[in-house]
Amino acid sequence: MIAEPDTSLMSLYEAHRDVIEKDSSSLVNAARQSAVQAFARLGIPSNKTEAYKYTNLQDWFKTDMAATWANPGLNDRVEEVFKCEVDAIEAHTIFVVNGHYQHGTNNDSLPQGVLLGSFASLSKQYPDIVEQYYAKYAPTEEDGLVAFNTMCAVDGVFIYIPRNKVVEKPIQIVNLLSGDEDVMVFQRNLIVVEEGAQARVLLCDHTLSSNRFVVNSVTEGHVSERGSLDFYNIQNQHNGTVQVGGYYFNQEADSVLNANYFTLNTGIARNNIFMRLNGSHAGNHLSGLYLTDKNQHVDNFTFIHHAVPDCESNELFKGVMDDSSTGAFTGRILVAPDAQRTNAYQSNNNLLLTDNAKINTRPQLEIYADDVKCSHGATVGQLDENALFYLRARGISKDEALILLMYAFAYEVIEKIKVPALQEQIRELVEKRFRGELDKCDSCIICNHLTEKFQELIK
Amino acid sequence: MLKIKNLHARIEDKEILRGIDLTIKPGEIHAIMGPNGSGKSTLAAVLTGNESFEVIEGSVEFNGKDLLELSPEDRAREGLFLSFQYPVEIPGVSMTNFMRTAINEQRKYRGLDPLSASEFLKLMRDRKKLVEIDSDLTNRSVNEGFSGGEKKKNEIFQMAMLDPKLSILDETDSGLDIDALRVVANGVNKLSSSDNATIVITHYQRLLDYIQPDYVHVLYKGKIVRSAGKELALELEEKGYDWIKKEFEE
Repeated sequence: MIAEPDTSLMSLYEAHRDVIEKDSSSLVNAARQSAVQAFARLGIPSNKTEAYKYTNLQDWFKTDMAATWANPGLNDRVEEVFKCEVDAIEAHTIFVVNGHYQHGTNNDSLPQGVLLGSFASLSKQYPDIVEQYYAKYAPTEEDGLVAFNTMCAVDGVFIYIPRNKVVEKPIQIVNLLSGDEDVMVFQRNLIVVEEGAQARVLLCDHTLSSNRFVVNSVTEGHVSERGSLDFYNIQNQHNGTVQVGGYYFNQEADSVLNANYFTLNTGIARNNIFMRLNGSHAGNHLSGLYLTDKNQHVDNFTFIHHAVPDCESNELFKGVMDDSSTGAFTGRILVAPDAQRTNAYQSNNNLLLTDNAKINTRPQLEIYADDVKCSHGATVGQLDENALFYLRARGISKDEALILLMYAFAYEVIEKIKVPALQEQIRELVEKRFRGELDKCDSCIICNHLTEKFQELIK
Repeated sequence: MLKIKNLHARIEDKEILRGIDLTIKPGEIHAIMGPNGSGKSTLAAVLTGNESFEVIEGSVEFNGKDLLELSPEDRAREGLFLSFQYPVEIPGVSMTNFMRTAINEQRKYRGLDPLSASEFLKLMRDRKKLVEIDSDLTNRSVNEGFSGGEKKKNEIFQMAMLDPKLSILDETDSGLDIDALRVVANGVNKLSSSDNATIVITHYQRLLDYIQPDYVHVLYKGKIVRSAGKELALELEEKGYDWIKKEFEE
């Protein structure tokens, strides 16, 4: 890999080392030390690195951003916010501000043994879980951004579902970004679903203030034998946001993982989505929808690793790109030499609404086993003129017809959401997004009503 | 209701319509017949505002308005309806959403309030019954996975929902079995009144056994070469189009 080691970011870490390490467990701090070595070697990847060819992040991860290791410390005061809850989704809700866990609600009814809370504090209380699963799936030694996160992140969300426990209601993580000046934010999440356990996790990313945010977030997830995890990410941030989200999941035998990524608004988004199928008869269903306009840029880098025989993966990413927005999709599928009877399907479809919108799509299949079924397809196209005329010939205006058709294109991804109330909300959000009426995500409980109050609290 | 005068239209450099004159009054049913490639479907496309075609000469007046000046959606809102020869499949757009959007946009144009959910559902129920369409079809995406017959029935259902003043049925009989043909024709007959008019474009006389036209026109090489009563259709059925071709061969 070609990358220039960025010594200024190293010194930033050195300067804040005490603050960074003081709230972390010894295991997490030990992982930091090897991450420091890796980051010194890797640095922030430039677009000369093949995996980051279409997104140059070096310009954004700079020391002139104020890094926020300090917890904004809302704690109990966030209770004020909960009163305004719109119970559109019945969920166990927790709040994270600038990467720091704040508080939760509706968590009394969680099944016994389920852990849901701050990564910093729960990782101190449960070193055995950390030892087994932390920094095991995110490739610290290979990706400078993962190394940077492992080196600098202090807090985030910790979710642990013990054996055979079923969390009925979705767990909603409301990730808020807020500040008075441009800030760099780190977040580290760990999700562990033990044998036969089930959970649904919804991660909503938002901005509350208009300053620039540069976010480096890493989520690691482990789904044990017969476990089931539905993971949803909804990104609705302002155009001054640069977010690198790394999602590294490992699945054991007979487990099921459904993951859906909705990028509704942001400035620059890079999703690194890695799925390792590590036990036979595991099923992975990954989908994503990205809607871009203005100068937004969305880059989904996905990697499905079939490490063992008899697993199935289905992947579908769709994009609707307007104005001068740009995007990239990479779909790597690796089938290991003895991963026989693998079924792996991948599809990426893009709708370009203007001549200036641009997408680079590259399927990358590496198949080392001989008894496999793999397929991939990538399309880049415009709206169907015949369908547009058909709708207009029934009296529907051109604008409305365009919205109907864009929505129809996106629908295939939306219908993969398995929580009916969430599916309905995403449906509405996507429609609003196409109408240009979406400023803040109103599926997330607080944005609409509480932005001002939150600003007050955070000062 | 509709006055077409000396209409010429082309696609790219090819002139397809070469001087059409046609007047239609409320309550009338006109059949337009003719061999393949004579310009029948082009006429339907030009009237509904398909932008692939360019009008180079002539005028079309629809209820006192210059039709050619209107956008496709405004033509529909003025009461023009085309039953497509090849209805388009639109996965992801439900029939219900499609029809509700169309009806409410048309109502808005006419200064009417949108239909309430219950009014709309009642209208759907009534119209479904009238055109004998399966409930199932309206629960699906627009035309997605519909058989040829279902697509054509769905066109007639949309016509029943939108209650147009002038309907153009473009080869609605093509690809239909006898039962579907009967359903489609019954729908058209039930909907026709002294206030609205219908243009039936067809290659064969078969549909005209079910929908009785007041006038039959033969289109050939972009012009109406013969107009008469319904007996002309029978004559064409018997003799084919060859005698027309011979008579008007240039």
